[in-house]
Amino acid sequence: MKSLSDKAIDRLRAGADEPDLAGTRYRLLERIARGGMGVVYAAEDEKLERRVALKVLDVPGTDGDFANRLMREARVLARLEHPGIVPVHDVGTLADGRVFYTMKFVEGQRLDKFIEGVESVQDRLRLFLRICEAVAFAHARGVLHRDLKPANIMVGPFGEVLVMDWGLAKILRGEAANAVRGADPEATIVEKPKQTGEESDSTKSSVITGHGTVMGTPGYMSPEQARGEVEVLDARSDIFSLGALLRFILTQKTPTGFTPRPDRSLEAICVKATAERRDLRYSAVQDFGQDVSRYLDGLAVGAHRESIFEKTARFYRRYRFFILLILAYLVMRVILLLVLKR
Amino acid sequence: MNEDKSNQGGDRFPPTRWSVLDAARSSDEAERVRAMDTLCAAYWKPVYKYVRLRWNRPTEDAQDLTQGFFVQLIERNLLEKFDPAKSRLRTYLRLCVDSFVMNEEKAAKRLKRGGNVSHVALDFAGAEEELGGAVMDPAAIPSPESLEEFFEKEWIRGLFELAVEDLRKYCEANERERTFRLFEEYDLAGDETISYDKLAAEYGIPVTDVTNALSWARREFRRGALERLREICGSEEEFQREARAVFGWEAK
Repeated sequence: MKSLSDKAIDRLRAGADEPDLAGTRYRLLERIARGGMGVVYAAEDEKLERRVALKVLDVPGTDGDFANRLMREARVLARLEHPGIVPVHDVGTLADGRVFYTMKFVEGQRLDKFIEGVESVQDRLRLFLRICEAVAFAHARGVLHRDLKPANIMVGPFGEVLVMDWGLAKILRGEAANAVRGADPEATIVEKPKQTGEESDSTKSSVITGHGTVMGTPGYMSPEQARGEVEVLDARSDIFSLGALLRFILTQKTPTGFTPRPDRSLEAICVKATAERRDLRYSAVQDFGQDVSRYLDGLAVGAHRESIFEKTARFYRRYRFFILLILAYLVMRVILLLVLKR
Repeated sequence: MNEDKSNQGGDRFPPTRWSVLDAARSSDEAERVRAMDTLCAAYWKPVYKYVRLRWNRPTEDAQDLTQGFFVQLIERNLLEKFDPAKSRLRTYLRLCVDSFVMNEEKAAKRLKRGGNVSHVALDFAGAEEELGGAVMDPAAIPSPESLEEFFEKEWIRGLFELAVEDLRKYCEANERERTFRLFEEYDLAGDETISYDKLAAEYGIPVTDVTNALSWARREFRRGALERLREICGSEEEFQREARAVFGWEAK
């Protein structure tokens, strides 16, 4: 038999990627992206005549680690109905044995690209708050994302923000978690070890996990996640990632070379969110978001103790219009008095 | 001719085949022979090329050593010692090759091996041609770091060749020769100028038929390659890992 050239091998590899959609309602359109577990394609749902995103595993089989994770991701997404979380439509196994699920086809830009076109710090912060809302909702339903980073956030054409790629999501114990666990026989419950005195009550929970390996993205992954301490992860791990995300959002250059300069309050918020010790971070995403909102409203933030000068400057910035109005009034009064005295 | 069975072929391979490791440890002689044939078919070429390059051996020595290695694999029950939890089968075999060649060197007792170890035809001349000549240029010998990559690349090439051959035989047996020819011309020939339109014109068929045929052939090739791979992996975990390496999914 004739030997295969390197080119032929590359071509065979590329061709072998294509999922076998025979027997499904979907028609393959184009490849969108590759993730850690598989590929995301644009596909046409021929019954509903709409475009969907189809995420499919590389390797066939329904009982491997990746298959379990993909199934779990789909089930987690199905329970997180929120405008900031991409909705899942369908899940199943293709004729070639690969597990897949379909979700809403999100048109828009990844956060890292989108943010380059946003110059105003205020607008960037408002965008960040929408990410916080979606993550806070997931936490309320007992789900940690564990891989929050710019590449996993999409911004739609109308400014809508969608948190994507829940493949590493972890399910915390709770009402919602029980519901998810019920649907996920592969998940196991790992009792959290005894807490030390410095830990808050909110960490004294159990977590559901299917795996215990280190997964995440360096730079955005919390120290405890990087150490593989799966059983102790809680909302504060995602808060670390959100802190890193906020720092990215606040410092990303625009194509014109403009780099926003976060002031000391914003810097303090980032530092608090990304503290090495998790008991020094915000305890909930709502608290984190609230601090950012307070900054936007010109109020003092909890993460930073202001000096008298900073307080004065902030007071001036917040009430600039009224201060200038009063000053103008006083100046007018002085001028009037001087004129009348003559 | 029956060229329209685009969604058939799921029964090409039995649903489960014994792993080569289980089969090699079997008490059934026929199973053991089958296991060695499978292993030999997948590995003889990478082993031969590796011996030629890594150990810089002339063709005749490399042929002897390749055959000798597979003999030793059986005689010394080397597969019994393989632990899938500790390494990949191909890494284990490569290290076995190293150790075998070193021992042969020390003892200076390379015996002319009598006959082939397996029923698989070992086309040494073909492998030699692929290496690009009998005289090795020292500069062309890969560095120790890239030898693992070289072995992996040759192993993948061998695996794909087996899967392509399986597909060819299947197409011939099922009146799908035209499908295989299309696949051969588009995916195997390495011709950058080829297009679906050109193939459709050449064969006098609609472009959609070319699309469907190629799509079917690629799926079947993939299925065949994975089936072959599953056979030579020690565990499901290893299979998953190797599949990602073979199709380049880890690198993308």
